[in-house]
Amino acid sequence: MAFVTANWNPLGEAFYRKIELYEMGWNLKDGLRECLVAAAPYGGPIALLKGHNRRSPSARPQLEIYSSSGVPLASFPWKSGVVKQLGWTVSDDLLCVQEDGTVLVYDLLGGFKRHFSMGNEVSQSQVLETKIFHSPYGTGVAILTGALRFTLATNIDDIKLRRLPEVQVISIWRSSLTLAMCGWEKLSEVDTKIKSPPKQMAWCRRPKSQQPSAVVMWDGLLAVVGECKETIQYHLDDDSILVPELDGVRIISGTHHELLQEVPGACEEIFKIASMAPGALLLEAHKEYEKESQKADEYLREIKEQSLLSEAVRQCVEAAGHEHEPETQKTLLRAASFGKCFLSNFPPEQFVSMCRDLRVLNAVRDYTVGIPLTHTQFKQMTVQVLIDRLVYRKLYPLAIEVCRYLKTPEYQGVSRVLKHWACYKVQQKEESDEGIAKAVSVKLADAAGISYSEIATKAYESGRTELAIKLLEFEPRSGEQVPLLLKMKKSPLALSKAIESGDTDLGTHTFTYMFQNFVKCLPRFCKHQEQDTLKDLFNQDDDHEELGNFYVKASYKEQRLEARIALLQSAVDEYYKAKNEFSAKTTEDEMRLLRFQRKLEEEKGELLVGFSLHETMIALLSVGLHKHAEQLYKDFRVPDKRFWWLKLKALAEKEDWEELEKFAKSKKSPIGYLPFVEICIKHHNKYEAKKYVSKVTPEQKVKAHLAVGDMEGAAEAAIERRNESEISTVLARCSTTSDHLLMERLNRAKATVAKK
Amino acid sequence: MAHTERRDAPELPDFSLLKRLARDQLIFLLEQLPGKKDLFIDADLMSPLDRIANVTILKQHEVDKLYKVELKPIVSNSDQLCFLIRPRIQTVKWISDLVNSDKVAGRFRRYKIIFTPQKFYACETVLEEQGVFGDVTTDEWNFYILPLDDDILSLELPEFFRDNFLEGDQRWVTTAGSALHLLQSVYGSFSKVYGIGRCAKMVYESWRELMEEGEQRTRQPEFAKVFLIDRDVDYVTPLCSQVVYEGLVDDIFRIKCGSVEFGPDVTSSDKSIKVMLNSQDKVFNEIRNEHFSNVFGFLSQKAKNLQTAYDKRRGMDIQQMKAFVADELKGLKQEHRLLSLHIGASESMMKKKTKQDFQELLKTEHSLLEGFEIRECITYIEEHINRQVSMIDSLRLLCLLSITENGLLSKDYKSLKAQYFQSYGIDHLLTFANLRQLGLLEEQQAGETLTVMESKVGKLVNDKTVGKLTDAFSSLAKKSNFRALSKRLALVPKSGEEYDLRVPRDMAYIFSGAYIPLSCKLIEQVLERDGWTGLEEVTRMLNGQEFAVTGGSSGSEARNKTDAQRIVLVMFLGGCTFSEISALRFLGKERGCRFIVVTTAITNSARLLEALLDNHA
Repeated sequence: MAFVTANWNPLGEAFYRKIELYEMGWNLKDGLRECLVAAAPYGGPIALLKGHNRRSPSARPQLEIYSSSGVPLASFPWKSGVVKQLGWTVSDDLLCVQEDGTVLVYDLLGGFKRHFSMGNEVSQSQVLETKIFHSPYGTGVAILTGALRFTLATNIDDIKLRRLPEVQVISIWRSSLTLAMCGWEKLSEVDTKIKSPPKQMAWCRRPKSQQPSAVVMWDGLLAVVGECKETIQYHLDDDSILVPELDGVRIISGTHHELLQEVPGACEEIFKIASMAPGALLLEAHKEYEKESQKADEYLREIKEQSLLSEAVRQCVEAAGHEHEPETQKTLLRAASFGKCFLSNFPPEQFVSMCRDLRVLNAVRDYTVGIPLTHTQFKQMTVQVLIDRLVYRKLYPLAIEVCRYLKTPEYQGVSRVLKHWACYKVQQKEESDEGIAKAVSVKLADAAGISYSEIATKAYESGRTELAIKLLEFEPRSGEQVPLLLKMKKSPLALSKAIESGDTDLGTHTFTYMFQNFVKCLPRFCKHQEQDTLKDLFNQDDDHEELGNFYVKASYKEQRLEARIALLQSAVDEYYKAKNEFSAKTTEDEMRLLRFQRKLEEEKGELLVGFSLHETMIALLSVGLHKHAEQLYKDFRVPDKRFWWLKLKALAEKEDWEELEKFAKSKKSPIGYLPFVEICIKHHNKYEAKKYVSKVTPEQKVKAHLAVGDMEGAAEAAIERRNESEISTVLARCSTTSDHLLMERLNRAKATVAKK
Repeated sequence: MAHTERRDAPELPDFSLLKRLARDQLIFLLEQLPGKKDLFIDADLMSPLDRIANVTILKQHEVDKLYKVELKPIVSNSDQLCFLIRPRIQTVKWISDLVNSDKVAGRFRRYKIIFTPQKFYACETVLEEQGVFGDVTTDEWNFYILPLDDDILSLELPEFFRDNFLEGDQRWVTTAGSALHLLQSVYGSFSKVYGIGRCAKMVYESWRELMEEGEQRTRQPEFAKVFLIDRDVDYVTPLCSQVVYEGLVDDIFRIKCGSVEFGPDVTSSDKSIKVMLNSQDKVFNEIRNEHFSNVFGFLSQKAKNLQTAYDKRRGMDIQQMKAFVADELKGLKQEHRLLSLHIGASESMMKKKTKQDFQELLKTEHSLLEGFEIRECITYIEEHINRQVSMIDSLRLLCLLSITENGLLSKDYKSLKAQYFQSYGIDHLLTFANLRQLGLLEEQQAGETLTVMESKVGKLVNDKTVGKLTDAFSSLAKKSNFRALSKRLALVPKSGEEYDLRVPRDMAYIFSGAYIPLSCKLIEQVLERDGWTGLEEVTRMLNGQEFAVTGGSSGSEARNKTDAQRIVLVMFLGGCTFSEISALRFLGKERGCRFIVVTTAITNSARLLEALLDNHA
């Protein structure tokens, strides 16, 4: 007992103690030198990346994960990019921040979970420095980029990147150390007399502590500094890292794992030398009692006279919680128990729960488990989280023991652990479906509130559909079976389960689901039966393209123009939603055309509605409404060629040769003049046709002459062009009787052409 | 003139048995409703029904009056109404309305619906919904196959194409499976089944299930091999203009259920004549597979021969004359009649098809197939649209352009589409949506990004790998790959060589020597290799889905050289063209085997595209 204060060091008003937690079980050759290290708070796991600076692809760095006691949990070669920083989330996931701002997330047994990026800017300018921090919002990542900008995400589970404005990073180190708190108010200044900058600093405080203090680490030296002038200095043998905790700082070195903390109030009261605090007296009284000395009575009486016995018991219980050594814990608890005997009406809860808590804490602090939680941390973290952590480490039996011992309600405790176990179990590839299903059902048989469907879902996700179906058999609630069965595309089974359940709603749900799956075959049925259902189906799928088509189709069934235009407007809206600009624009054009047609119908009495643009223009031209046709031609950006073709055709149709001639002369024809010749011939007007022959381009001259039956002209043109095939064409058309002379001429010309 | 047949060409099985079976079942069904009755027949069942049971037979079985289903109110005094329909919801709804209006009028009648080839659940649902399920009796007439000719069997289901490939409605798959099962149970099993396409696979599965259900028959098989092919494996072939006589007749006059109606311009009288076109027609049988350019010469030769035969009369004595009249004259007269009809038809076609327009159209098609002067083709198509030459032809050219070029450039696509709308109305938005869904007319979009990727990756690896990559990328984009396929299978003969259409070298003759139909080439290759080995590249470009299964009758393998081993059944799912049938007949002659074509319907470019129109709902 005298040893308790041996590792205490005073600093100002308070004492600090350094307790050894573990001798590390790992076997590191070079200690923590040149390692990237990250240790999770609350006694979590430690990640090590050895040789992360080596960039050669041949020597891949090794990523290792250990428990706090140095028991290896996972190890694998690092295959991704250069890692800048490792860190842990509040739920024991490992974050690896790469140079390019990509963050990879692993679970604590080294399984890859996911990755996310910290944005383009980071990947361009690279990561200079990274901090992983915890806040009430969760775990965050902050990055200082090569461009000296900060990018941060306050919660990695819900990433919203924030960029802070450019900062000037000034690094100043003076040999005096200033402790500052938020708001940049100076708290204290301590002269360290050391020239080199410290390697790491960490706040070292405990809840309800009076003074702020920090732990500063240099090579080979560790100092605790507070408000007063003096410091506590420890010698360090080895490269170490500091892990700030809620109530102290853990120091991890290549060989040891220690906890440095301000001595908690209750412990200080009891163990301070010559303390006259009630707790200290009670402890003394119990010691005497053990020795069967009457002094026990004296001490006891002294406390009782001040009526501080209940305070004394409380102190002892509390102090027991803060002690690491089970022996000390026992001594303190025995003293408390002794003191309690002399108290009536003292509530037992505090004592009982402390006993339980300590038992659990000692169990998890065990070397093999390696979670060195202090009681303060444990209370902060809650039992739920502790059980989760055990589950993450796949320590299912221990987790169940803890639950049972702490009497956690079953569905929060034992059942939950069992569920996790089963989910893990179903992923074990080497075991048979039957084996797993049996094991799971035996273990889970009488646990309350087990959701077999969740386990089955897990089995399905890991590709074991058969196993999933087997497991679902154990699910007593059909409502839980059916959705997964549907997901696994076991529709018939799902339907029969739904019907078995007698739950109409479930049946409806199942049917609706299957119905939606059959939707592909449905449109045909709906087309005849229920137009509205079809629309709803498209609506439900957000299939705007199909909805647009649906409205267009509907518009053609509509007789009234207003309704038709309204439907087309709906189509336009849908097409825009579907980002189909082209269809939207076309439909808008159609609406314009319809309005135009109606206006003309009203004004001129021509039946136009429903015609295509082309047909409308022809109709207009055929009744001599040239101006209106021109208007359409301009408004709808009709290509010149089309307009010429259709006007040509319309005028010829009407045999309006005068207008045709005017038209031909209006400007240079984009379609040439051969069509003019041909169309006149088609309408048996050789006279008009001949008017255009001269305008035809040389290439088409022969054709034009032939079209009007001018053999001589054709021959002339062909000979002039010295084109053998054209000459032959003309020859073929000559009649042997009447064109004798012409043929001779052609044959001669052909011979000369051929010679060349 | 006609190709000299190899003497050992196998005999074809007698398919008239199928007709007899169908007739017997129909009579049985009609007798289920004893007494006088009026029969309502779906319009598109009229012609097939006529081939199975004519009016006389129907009257014998107490059918009083015959009506066409027109989806309008009816005038019938009969107390018994019988409906012979395809399982279509619309028709069933019409019948339900009819029954309900009778109920309102307080009129009692007996109703019977005979669905053919099978009834669908959806139809019964409609009856139930309309509350007439109890008033109507329903039956199935399993009339799956109509033999159109010695070597053509048709399911007469033109809607198969749209339903299956556009709407994704697979209800006809079982029908096709049942048709195969029927053939198998009547004519014996097959030793080997090949197929390509998603639908083909499903049809085979459905057929296999039927086989497993039914008893195994160990009959001597009448066919050796079966080849199933989806229409969407090859869209290029049905989109090309047909230039073989039978195909051309179909393109221009539309052959309906094996018969054609020649109008006054052909018959050179004022009335139309209906003519059956099949191997019974001796004149037709000799020219049906000929390139059109040969037909006229052949017909005039034939006319001369006929004249000579007639001329024999001169200088005959009485006895000879008697024999001539008894034996030859009837045949000669018949031949004479047919000859004059076909000459009339040819003349009419000549008028239409030798015009410059048609020549230019063919030239454009051939350029597209060759991938030559594409810009000129686009200009031509644009003019074609602008001049409103033909709605269907413009669409056909657009599709050909898109398939052969793996989609249109975005600029071209938009401008041509806009042009088309200006000519034919914006309601074709829906048509274009359909065409895009089928991959018939697409905009190059993904393609562009892929090309970028290709060129990037291409820099890293050597040429051979680039080729493979390009193939892989294009199959990713679900492109038609026509150009690559054409190269690999040598579908387009080298240009420049003269092609004598009188003496066909290969199947390309059906397209004037410009293109060997992809579908037929695939069939040829697979039969030659006895499977798909060596065609992996090709099938990958066709999006896979190929299969080859050794069938039930393994015992017949030993007697390899029987006639049956040289009969191949080819089933086209989604329709086939007469040109393809001609090509297969040619192939059969070359290889000394016979092809029997089973198709869901006879199709051509116009039917194919009309099935996809959505301009008037």
